[in-house]
Amino acid sequence: MSRILQDRDERRPETHPLTFRLNDDGTPVMLDAYREQQGYASVERAFSDLTSKTLIDELKTANLRGRGGGGFSAGLKWSLTMQGEGIPRGYIVCNADEMEPGTFKDRLLLEQQPHLLIEGMILAGFANNAYQGYIFMRGEYVDAARTVQRALEEARAAGWLGRDVAGSGWDFDIALHTGAGRYICGEETALINSLEGKRASPRAKPPFPGQSGAWGKPTVVNNVETLCNVPSVVLHGADWYQGLSQGKSGDGGTKLYGVSGKVKRPGLWELPMGTTGNELLERAGGMRDGHTLKTWLPGGGSTGFLLPEHLELALDFDTIGKAGSRLGTGLIAVVADDQNVVSLARNLEEFFSRESCGWCTPCRDGLPWSVKLLQALEAGEGERGDIDLLESLAVDLGPGRTFCAHAPGAAMPLASAIHYFRDEFERGVTRGQGAAHADPIPVGSV
Amino acid sequence: MATIHVDDRDYEVDGADNLLHACLSLGLDIPYFCWHPAMGSVGACRQCAVKQYKNADDTQGMLVMSCMAPVQDDAYISIEDDEAKAFRANVIEWLMINHPHDCPVCEEGGHCHLQDMTVMTGHDSRRYRFRKRTHQNQDLGPFIGHEMNRCITCYRCVRFYQDYAGGGDLGAFGAHDNVYFGRFQEGTLESPFSGNLTEVCPTGVFTDQTHSEHYTRKWDLQFAPSVCHQCAVGCNISPGERYGDIRRIENRYNGEVNHHFLCDRGRFGYGYVNREDRPRVPEWRERQRVDAGPGAAGVVGGTISLEIDDALDRAADGMRNARRVIGIGSPRASLESNHMLRTLVGDTNFSTGIAARELELLVRMNELNTRCGLPSPSLREIESCDAVFVLGEDLINSAARMALAIRQAVNAKGEALAAERGIPSWNAEAVKTLAQEAHHPFFLATPDATELDALAEQTYHAAPDDIARLGFAVAHYIDPEAPCPEALDDATTALASRIAEALMVAQRPLVVSGGSLGTPAVLEAAGNVARALARRTRPGALSLVRREANSTGLSLLGGQSLDWALECLTSGEADGVVILENDLYARADAGQVDTALQRADCIVTLDHQRTATWDKADIGLPAASFAESDGTLVSLEGRAQRFYQVFEPSYIRPETRIRESWRWLNALKVSVERQVMTPLTLDEVTRDMAMTYPALAPAGDAGLSAAYRVHGLRLAREPHRYSGRTAMRANLDVSELRAPQDPDTPFAFSMEGYAGHAEPRREVAFAWAPGWNSPQAWNKFQDEVGGHLRAGDPGVRLLGPLPGDYDYTRTLPARFAARDDQWLAVPQARLFGGDETSARAEPIQARMAETRFTMSRGTAERLRMSPGVPLTFNLGERRLTLPVAISDAWPDGVIGVPDQSGLSLVAPEWGHLEPQEVRA
Repeated sequence: MSRILQDRDERRPETHPLTFRLNDDGTPVMLDAYREQQGYASVERAFSDLTSKTLIDELKTANLRGRGGGGFSAGLKWSLTMQGEGIPRGYIVCNADEMEPGTFKDRLLLEQQPHLLIEGMILAGFANNAYQGYIFMRGEYVDAARTVQRALEEARAAGWLGRDVAGSGWDFDIALHTGAGRYICGEETALINSLEGKRASPRAKPPFPGQSGAWGKPTVVNNVETLCNVPSVVLHGADWYQGLSQGKSGDGGTKLYGVSGKVKRPGLWELPMGTTGNELLERAGGMRDGHTLKTWLPGGGSTGFLLPEHLELALDFDTIGKAGSRLGTGLIAVVADDQNVVSLARNLEEFFSRESCGWCTPCRDGLPWSVKLLQALEAGEGERGDIDLLESLAVDLGPGRTFCAHAPGAAMPLASAIHYFRDEFERGVTRGQGAAHADPIPVGSV
Repeated sequence: MATIHVDDRDYEVDGADNLLHACLSLGLDIPYFCWHPAMGSVGACRQCAVKQYKNADDTQGMLVMSCMAPVQDDAYISIEDDEAKAFRANVIEWLMINHPHDCPVCEEGGHCHLQDMTVMTGHDSRRYRFRKRTHQNQDLGPFIGHEMNRCITCYRCVRFYQDYAGGGDLGAFGAHDNVYFGRFQEGTLESPFSGNLTEVCPTGVFTDQTHSEHYTRKWDLQFAPSVCHQCAVGCNISPGERYGDIRRIENRYNGEVNHHFLCDRGRFGYGYVNREDRPRVPEWRERQRVDAGPGAAGVVGGTISLEIDDALDRAADGMRNARRVIGIGSPRASLESNHMLRTLVGDTNFSTGIAARELELLVRMNELNTRCGLPSPSLREIESCDAVFVLGEDLINSAARMALAIRQAVNAKGEALAAERGIPSWNAEAVKTLAQEAHHPFFLATPDATELDALAEQTYHAAPDDIARLGFAVAHYIDPEAPCPEALDDATTALASRIAEALMVAQRPLVVSGGSLGTPAVLEAAGNVARALARRTRPGALSLVRREANSTGLSLLGGQSLDWALECLTSGEADGVVILENDLYARADAGQVDTALQRADCIVTLDHQRTATWDKADIGLPAASFAESDGTLVSLEGRAQRFYQVFEPSYIRPETRIRESWRWLNALKVSVERQVMTPLTLDEVTRDMAMTYPALAPAGDAGLSAAYRVHGLRLAREPHRYSGRTAMRANLDVSELRAPQDPDTPFAFSMEGYAGHAEPRREVAFAWAPGWNSPQAWNKFQDEVGGHLRAGDPGVRLLGPLPGDYDYTRTLPARFAARDDQWLAVPQARLFGGDETSARAEPIQARMAETRFTMSRGTAERLRMSPGVPLTFNLGERRLTLPVAISDAWPDGVIGVPDQSGLSLVAPEWGHLEPQEVRA
């Protein structure tokens, strides 16, 4: 179970729109309790006061940026969804396939506050003229699936889903789909393919899902946390939402931040967008005794390593981007001084290599090569030239060269690890550059 | 149009293309794998990266995949940019990580796109030093070899197999660097287009297993432009020969006909050319007349081999002694050979060798193709039709390649939808996503369920007469002046008006019918639909399926039916017969043929196969197959196409006396007339043929004359790296024989001669261009990649609509009524085994399904039959026993009889079941 490490006194409706309703004991907030605390009020407001266009404009002004890691403006995305004459009604897909290494924020929302997500999806359906929503959930989130399923039934029974939602004359329903366990399903178009029952390979963009998504219809894919931000924007307005970040960032709202690794109090906090790494680490109680911070990943395995001095930066998309990494999911993973960066990189690349869908060449065949080179370096069997090769692989796995963002995400920790900790890599180089050769395959192993 | 700047040069290109398509069409070289001209772009392999700049001042630029980048006017790109070049070399390096580097023992070597692209990028040494991933291979049946370790994961195989050809049993499994392309379990690939995998696969994963048996590198094969003889579609092929055997059939690009793809019968059915038991010298058979009544053997005694002159003398003697000699031609022989036979025996003594009821249909089809107002479409034109109505043809079995074209036509709905959303048609996966299950309207009326049913908006499975009635009703709903069948039920009426509506709103409606069911009414119905469309709407097309390679040609050439010929012999009106490349037993009842041949005093046959008819001949003359001869065929489209001799059989086998049939027949004529033999060339025969039959006049220009030269050179049949010429006959004679001379065509039996792509030419023996050894070399011969040959696609069209206002057929069949004690036998086309010659090839035999009588569940219940139980069926004096198959689609009261199953059936006939087997 994920836990929020702020107690109820701190979590106020006016400052913590994502978590103010959460119970301290971590039990889910179901429909009755949810309704008592402004639940579904935004849907009522949307039906009475807003049109698709005004809702989307509000969202754009609020500058809600995608919380799945991309940071793309949710309002802009919605404004690009095809609607109108001759265009079929499409789908809202919630990306709840939370599989980013070191990330556990969506899980909290799914397990403890499913109605907030449902509310956000109804608003998304209303704004994007969709008739069906899907929650594509990581298969291992068994508790979350059970809770969300219960919430969907409650919402349907209470008239928030199904035919004629809340007497509006508008139909919208949501189905839960649990994934079979591929990291690449977090990529929105691979997710759509998987949802359709196809191989989870990403699709080429353009056309974007808003033009031709699931089953060829206009489709919006948003992260859980992104959708959970929508109700408060609709209810309180863009200005209020912008103000939530308290001037710490140009971006609006709050963010579910988290810390994992060798800290005293790993966990999750809802904080203004742009909170610094130092403040976050402080909330986590600092490093465990006897450990000092060596490096950290700002938001999951597919973000670049940063140094302790970067902790003073605001944790928002633009600032972390300028520092050469990505905010990603905003859940930082700390690396202590006794941890080997080569092993860490090897571990990450093994993950990304295994999770490659196998569609494009650099990712499919380049990542496994990087893993083997890292294994060699880790074992002290590296050859001269291996590090250069890794660096050149990291370039070729970069944006634009591969089919989707999977390989660029894998390249980022690799490139930054070599950049900041080259000496650790060099320690693994024990051999000269030999002639090309392959290790003999032991008899009987094929 | 758009202007693009590539490496500082300006080019005009089609603005609707992607950069890869545009650059390849300009003749620029960009390496690629996953892109295919017929299958569009998917952006998977990342091999075609180029540098694109924002404008003329941008020096930075960024890498883009040219296959996924739309052409933009005033775009600046660089293929030669260092970063782009390095990236492309790196892509090859990654692809090679797990590739086994087994080129020396790989059958793809020498025509391998991966080899070509590797050389093109300049990648030459591996840095990967770790263990390679390996796969297990599968047994995929008699046609396709499987070696997954060579796979570079371009996904072309599954994209062709599933998306293009509609196959369901080849898929991609696994993920990351462990993607596996195969079947879910071992077994024969089910698609009748599986052979195209050998050319679609850029390396040696899927190879031609029939070629493995007698493998030769592409550069060591001798090729000629040829035309497939295994059905009437007229696909262009490049057969490759070594040591006197055909080693494999490659697709030959014809932008109007087959473009990149063939069916498996055509690709793998060549084995009959190589059969050991082929007649290679003239044979004389001693015979003693045995007047023991019908059924007794007409021929006893031995067979002796003859020299040419002796054979001609004896044949001429026999013919001179006969009172009247008739000739039986063949729809599987060339126009030239049939014409020479007709010249030999005289117009009034010539039979086409086609059964009367089939011939009647063929003649009618020619009339319909000229007198309905709708043209007969090429396959390319079929692909651009946007509504299709098929009457009575199970196309996968009767004209497989056409079925593949119709698939593309029906699926092109996706491209139309994509265009509305601004998605380019080359963005293959996006088009597929948007299209989902959307198809252009497609209606199918056949007795049995067919493989195309899944694409159809609605199917109609009924007896032939009811299929015809549906067609007549459709014509009526398009144009009320067309007659409407009486007593139509509501469902048929509704279907007919729905089809009529779909055809009328279409831009290019296509009507397909043909002779497979042997039912004139079905053809007439198709004719009425075509006429109604021609009167009411915009241009459409009428495609009529004929059965054999030259059925159309022979029906245009004219002559009597086979029934007439047999009757002439049986009645004694004629007592001599010359039979050209025709096994009469495959076309008429065996008893009838026996009687006719018994009565003849002189039987001369010419064939390249040892058939039952050959065994009855007094004189057998060994004829050349398509691989050893030249000639002209007319396809079902009405396209006259020349096929060229691939090799000279006597070069490797000096003892052979094989000659082209037209050459034999000319020699026979000279011998009969006691003239002095003068050399005759194909050009003379073709010219004479074209002058004799007005309908065939344009066919005289179907091929290149023997005098054709490029820069004064003949055209080479052999690639310039052809090896072993001085050694290949050394076991026979250490001195090298002069290469055979070819008086009939501009092609030389040699690597000497023009083989390039710079000079446009219609007839290409093998596709090769510097750096392009694989079939992808065809790019270099086309006006744009995937377009037409720069010199025009081979063939001339003979059938076109004549002006006029044509009347509807007003004789309509009554509703089919099942009978109590009789069953209507209906012929069923079949792909493997349904063709006389390819059925003699071993790989095809391995692929033939067991022949069965098909009946409906209702009929089976009435007869208390269950699947697999043997049933004996009587048609007059003919009888056949086959196991029963039950079909849910098949109409009651009708029994399906597969082609070439032993019961010669060219048209529906009422028959009886053996009394003891009627258990009802």
